[in-house]
Amino acid sequence: MSKPPAAPKVSNLNDLLAVAYQIEIDAVERYRLLADQMEIHNNPELVKIFRDLSRAEGIHGEEIRRLAGDFDVVAHAREMAQFAKGESPEEADLGSAHYLMTPWHALQMSLAGEKRALAYFTSITETAKDPKVKELASELMEEEAEHVNLVHRLLRKYPEPSKTWADDLDPPQSLE
Amino acid sequence: MNVEARAFKQADYKSDVKPIWCPGCGDYHVLMSFTRAFAQLGLPPENIVVVSGIGCSSRIPAYTNCYGFHGVHGRSLALAAGLKVTRPDLTVVVASGDGDGYSIGGNHFLHACRRNVDMTYVVMDNHIYGMTKGQPSPTTEPEFDTALSPGGTKVRPFHPLVVALASGANFIARCFSGDPNHTADVLVEAIKHPGFSFVEILSPCVTFRPDEKAWKEQVHPAPVAETSDQGKAARRLMTDDGFNIGILYRGTRAPYQPAAGKSDIDLTELEKDFEL
Amino acid sequence: MAASPSISIAIIGSGGAGALTTGDSLLETACAAGWHGLSTRTLGPQIRGGEAAALIRLAAHPVESLPDRYDLIIGIDWLNAHRFGSEIKAGPRTLVISDPRGGDLPTMMTEASVRVVEMPLKEMAKAIPDGRPNMIALGIAGRLLGFSVEETFAPIEKRLADKGPAALEASLAGIKVGFGAAASIDLGMQLTTPKAGDARRWLLSGNEATGLGAIRGGVRFAAAYPITPATEILEWLAPNLTKVGGTLLQAEDELAAVNMIIGASYGGTPALTATAGPGLSLMIEALGLATAAEIPVVVIDVMRGGPSTGIPTKSEQGDLNIAIYGMHGDAPHLVLAPQSIGDCVFTTQWATYLAEALQVPTIVLSDQFMGQSRAAIERPADVAFIGARNVAREITGTYKRHAMAANGVSPMAIPGTRGGQYTADGLTHNERGTPTSGAADHLAQLDKRRDKLDKFNFGDHWASVEGDGDIAVVTWGSLTGAAREAVALAGGGGIKARMVAPRLLAPAQPERLAAALKGVKRILVVEQTHGAQFSKFLRAHYDLPAPMRVFNRPGPLPITGGEIHRAMAEWR
Repeated sequence: MSKPPAAPKVSNLNDLLAVAYQIEIDAVERYRLLADQMEIHNNPELVKIFRDLSRAEGIHGEEIRRLAGDFDVVAHAREMAQFAKGESPEEADLGSAHYLMTPWHALQMSLAGEKRALAYFTSITETAKDPKVKELASELMEEEAEHVNLVHRLLRKYPEPSKTWADDLDPPQSLE
Repeated sequence: MNVEARAFKQADYKSDVKPIWCPGCGDYHVLMSFTRAFAQLGLPPENIVVVSGIGCSSRIPAYTNCYGFHGVHGRSLALAAGLKVTRPDLTVVVASGDGDGYSIGGNHFLHACRRNVDMTYVVMDNHIYGMTKGQPSPTTEPEFDTALSPGGTKVRPFHPLVVALASGANFIARCFSGDPNHTADVLVEAIKHPGFSFVEILSPCVTFRPDEKAWKEQVHPAPVAETSDQGKAARRLMTDDGFNIGILYRGTRAPYQPAAGKSDIDLTELEKDFEL
Repeated sequence: MAASPSISIAIIGSGGAGALTTGDSLLETACAAGWHGLSTRTLGPQIRGGEAAALIRLAAHPVESLPDRYDLIIGIDWLNAHRFGSEIKAGPRTLVISDPRGGDLPTMMTEASVRVVEMPLKEMAKAIPDGRPNMIALGIAGRLLGFSVEETFAPIEKRLADKGPAALEASLAGIKVGFGAAASIDLGMQLTTPKAGDARRWLLSGNEATGLGAIRGGVRFAAAYPITPATEILEWLAPNLTKVGGTLLQAEDELAAVNMIIGASYGGTPALTATAGPGLSLMIEALGLATAAEIPVVVIDVMRGGPSTGIPTKSEQGDLNIAIYGMHGDAPHLVLAPQSIGDCVFTTQWATYLAEALQVPTIVLSDQFMGQSRAAIERPADVAFIGARNVAREITGTYKRHAMAANGVSPMAIPGTRGGQYTADGLTHNERGTPTSGAADHLAQLDKRRDKLDKFNFGDHWASVEGDGDIAVVTWGSLTGAAREAVALAGGGGIKARMVAPRLLAPAQPERLAAALKGVKRILVVEQTHGAQFSKFLRAHYDLPAPMRVFNRPGPLPITGGEIHRAMAEWR
C-alpha cells in the first residue's frame, strides 16, 4: 500500500492534460478538507496554511486549463481520471493530519505531495511513446520541481517543532 | 413524472456538515470511499439511506447528502432491516464500528447475516472504543493495555469475518481506509451484490491507537482470488492474519425480501373469522 | 340501568381434559344463540397437561368483566384445582357438578357450602367409543343453559372438521349423554335466552381486536418478538398484514423489534409491535429515540403481573409508570388504554392515527385480561381515524426536518423524496436536524415536542364519562367494565355515581378531567396495581376537586364489579 499509485493509462496529450488537471483539483479538495478539519478543531494557523495551499493548487489547475486551450480538460478529467489503486499523487495523506499539527507538518505534507506528483510526471517522460506527451510531461515535471522548491523555501520559515508538539493537558472528551 | 438524466459527482453525496472526527482519523477516507462509490453507482442521493448506531464511525450519515438515521447503540442492523423490507426500492448502507457492531450489536449482526436482507454493512474497525475514550473492543488485541483492562484484556479477539460467514453473509470483504479508491471499488461490488454484504474497513484511530499508523505497512492484498465455496472460505478466514485486503467471499444466497401481498382487498374480508 | 342478569360458568380440568376447548365451545354456542358473553381462562404453569379452568360469563347485554361468583362449576377433575383458589369464587347458590373419581373438591368450595351434584364423567365417557369426559360436561352445560344438542355440537363440529367422522361421532355421542344426564339436574336459576338482535356481532379476543384496529388505522409493518400474553396479536397480524400488502418480520429480540419498526416508519410505513412488561422495558431506549427524532410508532403493551418476569399469564395494571415515565430525559409521548375487548379495535386504530398525526411514539396499554379473553361484541363501526402523516413532498430550499410550526408538527421527508435528505437523530438537534448542544435549540425542540401534544384537540374520545352523582369512580383499562357494573349495581340500590375512565392517559388533560369531575364530592380511584400508580399519577398531574380514596390491589385476581360496588357503598 505504500507503493506509488498505479496511474490511469495516458495514451495521448488530452489524457495527460486531464490527469494533470485532476491531480491539481484533487489537491485543492484535499487541502480544503484539511482546512475545514483545522477550523473545527480550533487550529487557526493551520486553517490559513491549508486554505493558502488549496488556493495555490487551484492556480496550478487554472494553468493547466490554459495549457489545454480549447480542449475541455475539465470534462475529460471527469471521465477518465480515476486512480485505480492508492490515491492521486498530490493528495496530502489524511492519515498524517493531527489537530495540534504545526505549519511545519502541513508543509511536510505538501512537500510529500509535490514530490509524488514530480515522480509521476517523471515516469511518464520515461515511458511515453508519443513525443507530444513526452514534451508536455516534461513541462509538468518542471512545474512540479518548482513547487517542490517553493515548499522547501517555505519550510525554512518554520522550524521543526519540539518533541512535545502533540502534548495536550486536557484529556479527550467522550461525546456519547 | 419527468425522468431527467441526472449525472452525479462525488461532491453531490457530501453534505456541508464538517465532521468532528479527529484530524488523522481513518474515517475521513471512509467517507470519501462512500461518496466515490455512490458516484460510481450513479444512485440519486435521495434513494440512499445510511443507517448507523453510536460511535465515531456512526457519525457518518450526517456527513453525506443522503437520507440518514443516527440511531441508538448497536441496533442499526435491526432498524435497517425494518426499513429495507418495507422499502426495497432504497439502497441501504449500514455504518458501524467494532464496538457498536460487534459488542452490543453482536446479536443483531448474527441475525442480519442469517436473514440476508439486501443491504451493505460497513464496519469501521479501529480495534478500540474511540468515542468513549479508549476501552477495548471485541477486536482489540489481548495484550493491549487500557484503563479498563490494565495489562490487556487477555481475551481472544472476535473474528468478525468468520462469524459473518458462519451466520450466512452473502458477501465478505476487508478493506483499508488508507486506500480509499480500492475501498470504493469494493463498496460498489458490495452494494451491487444481492443479499447481506459485509465490508470490514480497517480504519486507524489516531487518538487512541497511534500505533495503528503501522497498518499502512501491514495490510496486503489477499494472496488468492475470492471464492464462493463456503468450505474454502471458512478455511481461509480462520487462518486469515487480519490484514488480507480484498473481496474474500461472494455467496449465492437469494436475498430475503418478503413478497408484498395483495393490497386491494376490502378490510371487511379480515372480519369474516369473527362473525357469529 | 338495572344490573344485567347473567350466568357464570367455570369448567375445570387437567392433563389434557380439554376444559378450555369446552369453555370456548360453550361461549360460541351461547353467542350464536343470541347471548352476549365473555370467556377467559386460568392456568397452571405447565405448557401441556396442566390444570386449567375455562371461565365464562353470559348475559343479555355486553359483558366486560368477570363475575363475583360462579353459578355453575363443572369439575372434570380437581387435580391441583386448589391453585385457582379464590379466583373461582363460589357460594351457597353455586351448583358444582363433580366427578367423584376426579379428586377432592378444593377446600374453598366446600367452605362456601356449594351444592354438589355428582356425575361420573370419566365412567360415562368410557362407555362411548373414543368418548371424552369433557364432551359429557359440555352436554350437561348445554342442556342446563337451554341450548339444543345441535347448537351445543356446532362449534365442536367446526373444530373437529378435519379429524374424521369417528371423532365427530364420539363427540356428538358424548354431548348427547351429557344432555340425558342433565335432565335430572336443577340449575337453580331462571334463564331467558336473549333475542337475537339486528346488529352484526363478532366473537374475538382483545388481542385479535388489537390486530384489526392496527390494520384499520393504517399499520402495514409489524415486527414481532413473542411474549406472553401479546403473541397472539402478532400471530393474527402475520397472515392478515400480508393480505393487505403489509409485512411482518420476526425479530431476534425486543431491541431489534422496536428498532425495526422505527426503521420502517422512517421509510414511510406506519409500524407497530406488541409486547409485555419485560419487552417494554427493553424497548424504552429506542422509544426515546423515536420521541426525539419525531418518528411515529405504536407499541402495544399487553400488561401482565409484574415486576420482572412476574406472572406472565395474569393481568395487572403495573406498567403505567414505565409507559408514562420510562424514558430518560423529558420525552413527552402518548399513552392510551383500551377499555374493553371491543374497544381494543378503536383504541389501537386511534393510537395509530394519533401517532402518525403527531409524529410521536404511542404506547397502548392493553392487559392480559382483555388480550386473552374472548367476548361477543357488536361489530365495531368504521371510524375515520386512519393514519395520515404530514409528509413533505415538493421540497424547495433547505429542508428543515424539525421546522417550527403552529401546531408543532413538521412535514416529514420520506426517503426517496428529492431535496429532503436529512439524518434522523437521537442527539439534540436544531430545526434542520443537525446535532447541537446549544441552549436555544434544545429548549425550542423540547417546547415543540411538548406543545405539539398539548395543543392537539383529542376530542371526546379521551375518556369515557358516564352518569352523574356525588361519587365518581375513576379507573382505566379493563377495569372500566367492572366499574360500569359497579355503578349500575349502585344505581340499583339508589346510589347515583359517575364513572370516568380516561382512554388517553398521557399527556394529562387537566381541563377535560376538571370538567368530567365537576360537582363530584368523592373520588374513588380503582386500579389493579400494588403501588397505586394511577392515583399517584392523578395527584401529580391534576388538581382533584374532591377527596380521593384508592381501591387498589395487584393481580392475579380480577377486581370485580361487586367489589368496587362494596367500596363505593362503604364510603358515604
